[in-house]
Amino acid sequence: MTQDLFTEPKDLKPPRRIFTVSQITQDIKLILEASFGEVWIEGEVSNFQAHHSGHFYFTLKDDSNVLPAAMFARANREVKFKIENGLKVICAGKVSAYTARGQYQIIVEKLEPKGVGSLQLALEQLKRKLEKEGLFAPEHKRPIPYLPARIGVVTSLSGAAIKDILKVLDRRFSDINIIINPVQVQGEKAKDEIAQAIKDFNLLNDGLALEDKIEVMIVGRGGGSTEDLWAFNEEIVARAIYNSGIPVISAVGHERDWTIADLVADLRAPTPSVAAELVIPKKEELRQRVEELSQDIKRSFLDTSLNLKEAAGELTRRLVLSMQNVFRLEVSDFEVQRKKLALLNPAVLIQQYKIQMLDLARQIYVRIGHFIKLKEAQFNKGVEKLSNLSPLNILSRGYSSTFGMADGEIIKERNAVKSGDMVKTKLHKGELLSRVIDENFI
Amino acid sequence: MAEIKFEDALKKLEKIVEDLEKGDLTLDEALKKYQEGIELSRACSQRLESAKKKIDLLVKNKKNEFELKPLEAGEE
Repeated sequence: MTQDLFTEPKDLKPPRRIFTVSQITQDIKLILEASFGEVWIEGEVSNFQAHHSGHFYFTLKDDSNVLPAAMFARANREVKFKIENGLKVICAGKVSAYTARGQYQIIVEKLEPKGVGSLQLALEQLKRKLEKEGLFAPEHKRPIPYLPARIGVVTSLSGAAIKDILKVLDRRFSDINIIINPVQVQGEKAKDEIAQAIKDFNLLNDGLALEDKIEVMIVGRGGGSTEDLWAFNEEIVARAIYNSGIPVISAVGHERDWTIADLVADLRAPTPSVAAELVIPKKEELRQRVEELSQDIKRSFLDTSLNLKEAAGELTRRLVLSMQNVFRLEVSDFEVQRKKLALLNPAVLIQQYKIQMLDLARQIYVRIGHFIKLKEAQFNKGVEKLSNLSPLNILSRGYSSTFGMADGEIIKERNAVKSGDMVKTKLHKGELLSRVIDENFI
Repeated sequence: MAEIKFEDALKKLEKIVEDLEKGDLTLDEALKKYQEGIELSRACSQRLESAKKKIDLLVKNKKNEFELKPLEAGEE
């Protein structure tokens, strides 16, 4: 039996199967997922979008092709660094289909930067971000106090760091109060505990009197792998250091490793021991300083005394000089005054007054003489007048007066006498005694 | 004097030296500073020799208040 090769036998012809879109896309999805399983894909990130749901959507591409990628929130939480366009990455995930869009894609479970480690990249990215914000700015660095009386330490109680710090304290000037705020320095809780411890020291300080305040803080741990030191690269720790009111000395691991905490800290010490040595001075240095200061005091006191002595000598000299000047001035002044006084001498005045007085006396004498002479003349004139009027004078001209013998009265009329009365008659020279013969004579 | 902090004593000492070096003090003032300075330097020296370290742990009590607990020798 020959067969017509060009006509399919009817019984062999498979029945026509019609898929719905959903069925075929589901089948495609299943086939894609089943045939690839988990794959690693290398590519460059583009069209990166962080959805508000927390999921990331982006495209992986190389020179000629693209592959849509989705990374769900649950997975992308584990990514330490920031996914950016242009970043070359290696993704681990499952190839799948997004059936609603008819689009195949990779569901990314893990994502690592290509070339550098994931942590390294995260570190670089955080460094850039914090630097831009000014957390490393030199002008923000506070000075580390010399000889702090209280030092805060943020580290693990069981680690090497605290042992090293206490060793330094024993070796050096130990009159210092160290307060340890114990924290885990590695593991999941480390970053939060360290940040909280820094905040707690600041909170504690707010309640302390000025003289009791923690003056500086050492934040650190002993050496370890990059992963061990990771907490000191965390943003929360960096911000806690930046916001600390207490100056912070970072002391993380070994010489080579600079963590972000080191960059933010006010001072970076390569190890905890060095950090302690930076704030705890050597006894010998202090002893020397005290000795120096005490010598300085003695010397400068001596200087002061000598200066004062010299000054006193100088003042004495100037005093003598100026007293001499004063004296000289006083002497000349005295001379002037003496001359003035001599001019005012009362002897001179007395002499003057004496002369005046004599002059006046002379005048008085002359005037009195005149006056007396005048009065004498007047008197003589009066006497002359008077003598003219004297009854005696009248008598001399021949007149007489007769008095009664009995009564001595002048007889001025004949009735004054009777015949036979004795009368006395006064003449110019001598007196007469007569008897009245006839009182009616005429 | 016993209670003064070493650093404060040192600062005071430095200030006294500075004051004395300025040289504008009266003899009385200078003498007073000198005496104070010598006493301070003596106190500092004593403090250096008899230094006592003090190590505390910062802990929070049940009321969430800070407490300073002396560190036990075994915990070091």
